[in-house]
Amino acid sequence: MSIDRLRRRLVNGFACTAASAALLPCCLGRAVLAAGGSSRFSVRQIADGVFAFQGADELMTAANDGAICNLGAVVGTDAVAVIDSGGSLIEAHAFLAAIGKVTAKPVRFLINTHMHPDHIFGNAAFREIGATIVGHRNLPRALDARGAFYLHNYREQLGEALMEGVEIVSPTMLVDDHLQLDLGGRMIELRAWKAAHTDNDLTVFDTATGTLFAGDLVFMGSLPTLDGSLLGWLRQMDALAVIDAARVVPGHGPVTADWPQALAGERRYFEILARDIRKAIADGTPLREAVKTAGESERDKWHLFDDYNERNATAAFAELEWE
Amino acid sequence: MQNHAYSSRQLALPLASVFAAIILTIGTLLGSSGAANAQQTTASSDRIWHDLKGDVFGDRAILVDTGVVRIEAPKRAQDAAIVPVDIYLDPAKAPDGIKSVTLIIDANPAPVAATFQLGKDAGVTHLSTRVRVNDYSYLRAIAETQGGQLHMAQTFVKASGGCSAPAVKNQDEANATMGQMKLRQFPPKETMTKTEELQLMIRHPNNSGLQRDPLTQYFIPAHFVQKLSISQAGQPILSMEGGISISEDPNFRFDFTVHGNGEIQVEAIDTDGKTFRNQWPLETAGL
Repeated sequence: MSIDRLRRRLVNGFACTAASAALLPCCLGRAVLAAGGSSRFSVRQIADGVFAFQGADELMTAANDGAICNLGAVVGTDAVAVIDSGGSLIEAHAFLAAIGKVTAKPVRFLINTHMHPDHIFGNAAFREIGATIVGHRNLPRALDARGAFYLHNYREQLGEALMEGVEIVSPTMLVDDHLQLDLGGRMIELRAWKAAHTDNDLTVFDTATGTLFAGDLVFMGSLPTLDGSLLGWLRQMDALAVIDAARVVPGHGPVTADWPQALAGERRYFEILARDIRKAIADGTPLREAVKTAGESERDKWHLFDDYNERNATAAFAELEWE
Repeated sequence: MQNHAYSSRQLALPLASVFAAIILTIGTLLGSSGAANAQQTTASSDRIWHDLKGDVFGDRAILVDTGVVRIEAPKRAQDAAIVPVDIYLDPAKAPDGIKSVTLIIDANPAPVAATFQLGKDAGVTHLSTRVRVNDYSYLRAIAETQGGQLHMAQTFVKASGGCSAPAVKNQDEANATMGQMKLRQFPPKETMTKTEELQLMIRHPNNSGLQRDPLTQYFIPAHFVQKLSISQAGQPILSMEGGISISEDPNFRFDFTVHGNGEIQVEAIDTDGKTFRNQWPLETAGL
């Protein structure tokens, strides 16, 4: 994509930020504590100046600290950009501590790839250190509609201790279409997508190494969840696939995978799900019955199939009925 | 019988106020008080119902599990925004006829999801729709007979796990397509019967009003389909007074007894006062 097409948009009088040295991650005592006892939060360098943490292929629980999605960090000569804040403050602090061990550069940007709790529950930790929180133009609207529900719902699932201090913190820098951020010596390109996994999906591309942080537009291993538009997701897979990336960091799965081969699994799953649901709709099968069998042939190919397939089928049915 | 007439009038007013009051209670129900943070149980859902039923039905007796009405829903909501619910009515058990059925979701910010009035000779025995379920909750169907008796059935639904929320998935699309309608007609399963099935779909975000305007930061008022009527050649089949517990793109599938060849007519009115109308010829006409 050409640089001159990239544009930057400031919203709500946001003023460009610089994190102060006094707020370096290494000064966060709690983070060091949280990270100290466990190597689970260690980060891996996957390309020059690009780091990632691999989340568990599980549902968010107190036992895994809500750490189920992949997180990333890109280090420039001036600043660090973090991709997603994790599913708890404990995870966010631990991730910041782990980054603090590999670079002394300040974390200036937190980029949220979309609205889901496993990606945004750690946001308050980044506000604390003065990082600018960046998201899709639709992200504040989506969080307004869901934030209170997420906090309520996950308090039961994760327990009071892990939910302590978790807040819904909306981005203050919004991406309309494309946005380029300068980390010093390297540019990262942010791109806002039309409704797919959610209606607020954002990808991050590190031009220096050709690393694509796809957020949950790419799932590997764990069953993708549909909370936006099945048709939109399938349509945009072609546009995703032509991104000239050397590797992808999917939202869930291994922290680095070949591109665009990484798309193959979810594309197959969604095409099968759409086929099964379209047949049920044509046959006049009601939603409640159709969702019990749609996509069933994919059962053995994914983690968390029983947790999410029927939900995906439900959302797909409601969408495909309008074709 | 005087009592019944009085009760019917009484019912109309509280229903209107319940639909209005829901907007005010959303904040408190989802707020940060300790009690609101724990998920509901069958017992706490029953307590909500105990406090709620007087507002909706006054002090009238409600008969439970008489077979006049049945309700079915998945034990666990898969997608909190789209939970299918089926209501079955047994006319044989209510010889004087059933005039309405009210769908209640105890733990939702808007517990009275909808009240459906049934056309006198419409023969509706099965109605399915999709609702938002915010929390563990009983879903209740309360049928009122022509004689004014109330019959209730209930089923407990566990809220969805994971990141599924009772909110609109694709807001831009929902805004752009609002008011479109689709009617599917399913021919009789058995020949020689005059009963067929209809499925009415209406594009509408059916918003909760929990979102803020990005520029003003004020909450956008709730915006939902509040009245719907479906008729054949002017004869009412089914009408609905509804709220935000009905899923986005409200969807109703029901059986009814065909009378003649008249077309199916639909009128929907939302809280902005927008009226959406449509009509379709009867596909089975002349059979």
